[in-house]
Amino acid sequence: MSKAGSQAVTKAAIRAEAERLFAAFQAAGAVAVEADLLLPAETLLDLYGEDIRARAYVTTDPLRGEMMLRPDFTVPVVQAHMADGADPARYCYMGEVFRKQEHLGNRASEYLQVGFEVFDRDAPEAADAEVFALFAGLVSGLGLRAVTGDIGILMAAVRGLDTTERRRAALLRHIWRPKRFRALLDRFAGRAAVPAGRVALLERLAGGAPNELIAAAGAFIGLRAPEDIAERAQALIEDAEAAPIKAPEAALLYDLLGLQAPAEAALGHLRGITPLLPAIAPAVDRFAARLEALRARGVAVDTLAFEASLGRTSMEYYDGFVFSFHADAADMPAVATGGRYDALTAVLGAGRSIPAVGGIIRPHLVAALRGAV
Amino acid sequence: MLKIGVPSKGRLMENTFEWFGSRGVVMRQTGAEREYSGSVEGIAGVELVMLSAGEIPRELAAGRIHLGVTGSDLVRDKLADWEVQVAELAPLGFGYADLIIAVPACWIDVDTVDDLDAAAAAFRATHGFRLRIATKYHRLVREFLTAQGVADYQLVDSQGATEGTVKNLTAEAIADITSSGETLRANHLKILSDSVILQSQAVLFASRSAEWTQARAVLEMLAARLGLTLPQI
Repeated sequence: MSKAGSQAVTKAAIRAEAERLFAAFQAAGAVAVEADLLLPAETLLDLYGEDIRARAYVTTDPLRGEMMLRPDFTVPVVQAHMADGADPARYCYMGEVFRKQEHLGNRASEYLQVGFEVFDRDAPEAADAEVFALFAGLVSGLGLRAVTGDIGILMAAVRGLDTTERRRAALLRHIWRPKRFRALLDRFAGRAAVPAGRVALLERLAGGAPNELIAAAGAFIGLRAPEDIAERAQALIEDAEAAPIKAPEAALLYDLLGLQAPAEAALGHLRGITPLLPAIAPAVDRFAARLEALRARGVAVDTLAFEASLGRTSMEYYDGFVFSFHADAADMPAVATGGRYDALTAVLGAGRSIPAVGGIIRPHLVAALRGAV
Repeated sequence: MLKIGVPSKGRLMENTFEWFGSRGVVMRQTGAEREYSGSVEGIAGVELVMLSAGEIPRELAAGRIHLGVTGSDLVRDKLADWEVQVAELAPLGFGYADLIIAVPACWIDVDTVDDLDAAAAAFRATHGFRLRIATKYHRLVREFLTAQGVADYQLVDSQGATEGTVKNLTAEAIADITSSGETLRANHLKILSDSVILQSQAVLFASRSAEWTQARAVLEMLAARLGLTLPQI
């Protein structure tokens, strides 16, 4: 067969797989929705930060400014729902997404994605379980490994830390950037020495009032106002005087970051540390309710893998339950991923928000695993 | 014929000619002073291609030239997976420059990348948009800031006079190359102490995608003349 011919078969096989998944989502009660291919870049950049430029195609429209080739459906689907959707709602979609690949290899830069999203104010744990069980059923028989996590527990632990509001905010801001989160935690817990540069900076700041120091530094330029600079200078001085996070509390957080166990055992462990970190109690209760809902749907929670840090490096905006399904092949991205993104609906909702959970399946990987391509 | 691309003007061109000349490979501009054509003497089968230093990475990647002299900063910024596309034959010992991040000297609370990240968070909360960093080295700067876990910034393109963008209120900070730091100081900027993104210099690169069957013999002769050991290309 010619190359073009075999490619057509391949694409046809992938599309057939996508159609099968799409039909299954509709059969599960979802309304099929469409989304534009060209999205305003500004919205996505504000959400995900400059990093997304490395992964999404950005182009320029003479009238609309910077536009991005759809890197995922979540943002347009959430926007459409927040604009005029009635809840509860279940949506599904099927279409191409585009991801720039900065390294040579076999990762696709254009592929079909099929997804399912639930916007429901009642019983979020039941919705989590509904989505997970639906996805698990659709990819069963492919030999995939399911992993689950819960970013909500980590966030609750950080919010409950006995330290300054500024430190809690700094840690929360970097939940999705594990390396910087770790560096900050090490510093706030007194495990890492204060960097020499910071010591010198603090000595200089102690040498006079901020306004005098600013004036002595030469001409004032830029949009960042003198009061902004003075405010952070003051914050640095206060932070240097703040006591480190107490060792037992810090140890619990480190333990939590590294927690990996079967879900049921993980729950037992979390119950065990809750008296020492009372702030996580509501999140652990939600975790327990989710496991109950999963069990009711026939998921074996005694063997289901749980990793507390899962989802922290993904582009998405997950802030609760997260899951992914992986094949054995190390170079293959997750076949399916998803999670809860309540905060995203608030960011895009112009003052309104709604609990939301969903996920996507990559039909080209499913088709490849089925041997169809 | 082996095609070698060299910078078409300025100190970079002069230094390149001098580096090759001192090794017995004489390059010179031919025709009128401002005409972009040149010749090579002292070795047969080498054709000189005069190009803008900024275009040499692209020409190497496309395989339209076999060898090229340009800054390692430009190759790393413009070529994805640069090591797969080109090979470094020799650092040339000139054109030294550091790619750094600089902020206004009046920011007495910011000395490091960590400080910049914290300032960016506060700036976004106050001003409603992400802190702007002006640069032309988009890939290198973004990869550096991603690796450092910096958030709440945006890169704005600046192809020249980047040091002036802060005073002109089109950026809050800059990422640019500097050798002496004089232009930065003159524009009331200071370098973040831990922000050396790349230490760059002029390098002789070889294209991995050029047609080498014909040019291989010339390359071996040239390498012997220049005293270079050739890597696997």
